[in-house]
Amino acid sequence: MAERVGAAAITAAIEGSDGPALCAYVTAGFPSPAAFPDVLRSVVAAADLVEIGVPFTDPMADGLTIQTSNRVALRAGVTLGWVFELLEASIIETPTLLMGYYNPFLAHGLEDLGASLVRSGVSGLIVPDLPFEESGPIRQVLDPHGLALVQMVAPTTPPDRLRWLAAAGTGFVYAVTTTGVTGRRVDLESDDLEYLGRVKRAATLPVLAGFGIRSRRQVEAVAGVVDGVIVGSALIEVIERGEDPGAFLEALRSKVPA
Amino acid sequence: MRALIEGGPPPDGRYGPYGGRYVPETLMEILIELERHAVELLADEGFQRELARELREFVGRPTPLTRAGSLGESWGAEVFLKREDLCHTGAHKINNAVGQALIARRLGARRIVAETGAGQHGVATAAAAARVGLPCTIFMGAIDGRRQAPNLERMRLLGADVRLVEEGDQTLRAAIDEAFRAWVADPVGTYYLLGSVVGPHPYPWLVRRLQTVIGAEARDQVVAAGGLPDVAVACVGGGSNSIGLFHGFLGDEGVALLGIEAGGRGGEADPHSATLVKGTSGVLHGAMTPLLQDAHGQIMETHSIAPGLDYPGVGPEHAFLRDLGRATYESATDAEALDALRQCSATEGILPALESAHALAGARRWAARNPGGRIVVGLSGRGDKDLAALAGGADHG
Repeated sequence: MAERVGAAAITAAIEGSDGPALCAYVTAGFPSPAAFPDVLRSVVAAADLVEIGVPFTDPMADGLTIQTSNRVALRAGVTLGWVFELLEASIIETPTLLMGYYNPFLAHGLEDLGASLVRSGVSGLIVPDLPFEESGPIRQVLDPHGLALVQMVAPTTPPDRLRWLAAAGTGFVYAVTTTGVTGRRVDLESDDLEYLGRVKRAATLPVLAGFGIRSRRQVEAVAGVVDGVIVGSALIEVIERGEDPGAFLEALRSKVPA
Repeated sequence: MRALIEGGPPPDGRYGPYGGRYVPETLMEILIELERHAVELLADEGFQRELARELREFVGRPTPLTRAGSLGESWGAEVFLKREDLCHTGAHKINNAVGQALIARRLGARRIVAETGAGQHGVATAAAAARVGLPCTIFMGAIDGRRQAPNLERMRLLGADVRLVEEGDQTLRAAIDEAFRAWVADPVGTYYLLGSVVGPHPYPWLVRRLQTVIGAEARDQVVAAGGLPDVAVACVGGGSNSIGLFHGFLGDEGVALLGIEAGGRGGEADPHSATLVKGTSGVLHGAMTPLLQDAHGQIMETHSIAPGLDYPGVGPEHAFLRDLGRATYESATDAEALDALRQCSATEGILPALESAHALAGARRWAARNPGGRIVVGLSGRGDKDLAALAGGADHG
């Protein structure tokens, strides 16, 4: 039986998925701290992996949708400590990652971070403003617990660096499908698929494509090339409209067009 | 210290524990290439000749060092003002903008993006972009856009596409967030012309290199006027004009370096922008540096009467100079800055920018502690842009 928590659990969940794996991004405490546990339950039931966004005042890699959800959560008092408390009180079978900018993790204190993640059943981190060169201190606290630090690669990453980065991360490789911030609608062109193919060939871990994924057609387009997709802004929009995020994720998986 | 004085990029882009490159992977290769090209270009004689010619013919360098006799008499000191207010477009920002615009053209950029707080960097960038023939987009917080309306109009006349940022705190920080996003969206074709010694490496080093001209000139001029000063004083927001002035005197151990941050209204609970005085280490806009942040690592709202100082971070090299004890940092309140501005205007016939007025307030305080001292004050810009704020009681809330 594989571990329930940690980098290996993430990898196993992707590899064990029936079809392209789905990683669902939700902003912690959005649309409200009171409603968030229901959102989380719905998403956990439908996704292979869950990415919980730790809100930050200056999310510079995110587009308007996620920026706004961050602001709403911060105004409602959501903190990293709140996220840990909520997760400690929940039992989530789906492997969970925290996605957040570096500063709130630093403010929490890196010396305590590994233990806090393990206590709350979190399997790893995605930190978009932490390139590999700056990640030494945080890897030192994650590695002893077997926790993942997911490495991002981008279309601007040159071939040598891509090979190096694809081997450096843990959990999975996060292939940013396009330059730009999250949430921009993307038409996947043959160039994009060629780039995703290069990432897949360079990686030993599973590869998930993220940024701009919002339709069944896109999921199908990348499914044969990489191992799955990350869905963020489109899911936040569904939550914002008060619709069921689980049903939206199911529709992305469905063979019937959403 | 020796490495700082020599002027090459710091190893790993670090100034002690500060600096670095905390950016999305999309930008990493762009920054690595920018550093490589900047090092090559700044060592290239042809580029240096072109830059020197632009600084002379377009910017109006060297700027004078003005003996401020009345201020000196009033303060009991010998006071010199390094007159960056006399640069083309009215502030030191043009030194950096021209240098980076020339680099952008050499790199084959299709457009320039920049952020602006007080509007001075935006105006300088718009002018420099027009000069080198590149289109430019300037992001400006909506609040700053209102309080710096003349600069907004100047940017538009200079051909810039000015985007007012209604998100976030609607000041410089929100403008930087948006400029970063625009850059991430097209990192290859876009040149991000960052306006201060902040952000990911190589910007703190590159902007400092381009602003060191201030200190180099000031040192030559003050020595010609009778000898080294006891102190060099400048205001610090992001910190580009101050680092430029300080670098001229970094190797002169007898010259104290004093940076003045914005203390806001001055009450214990009031928002301010005194990052080096009151901030704690963290990561924002691509660098590890002191920040104004809460216990959860969220960036706090700031305040200054001077929009150019209204920023919750600061250049990493300043933090290193502070830790080394080579430079000291204090804050001046809105009221102190206004008082100094009025004194300088009425007795010297020079209307300084509200930012520069903070340096004057700090210099006056230093003079009171050190009677008979010899002081060089960095007058980073002129106050014409602040007329509406000054006429309206100089409080934007």
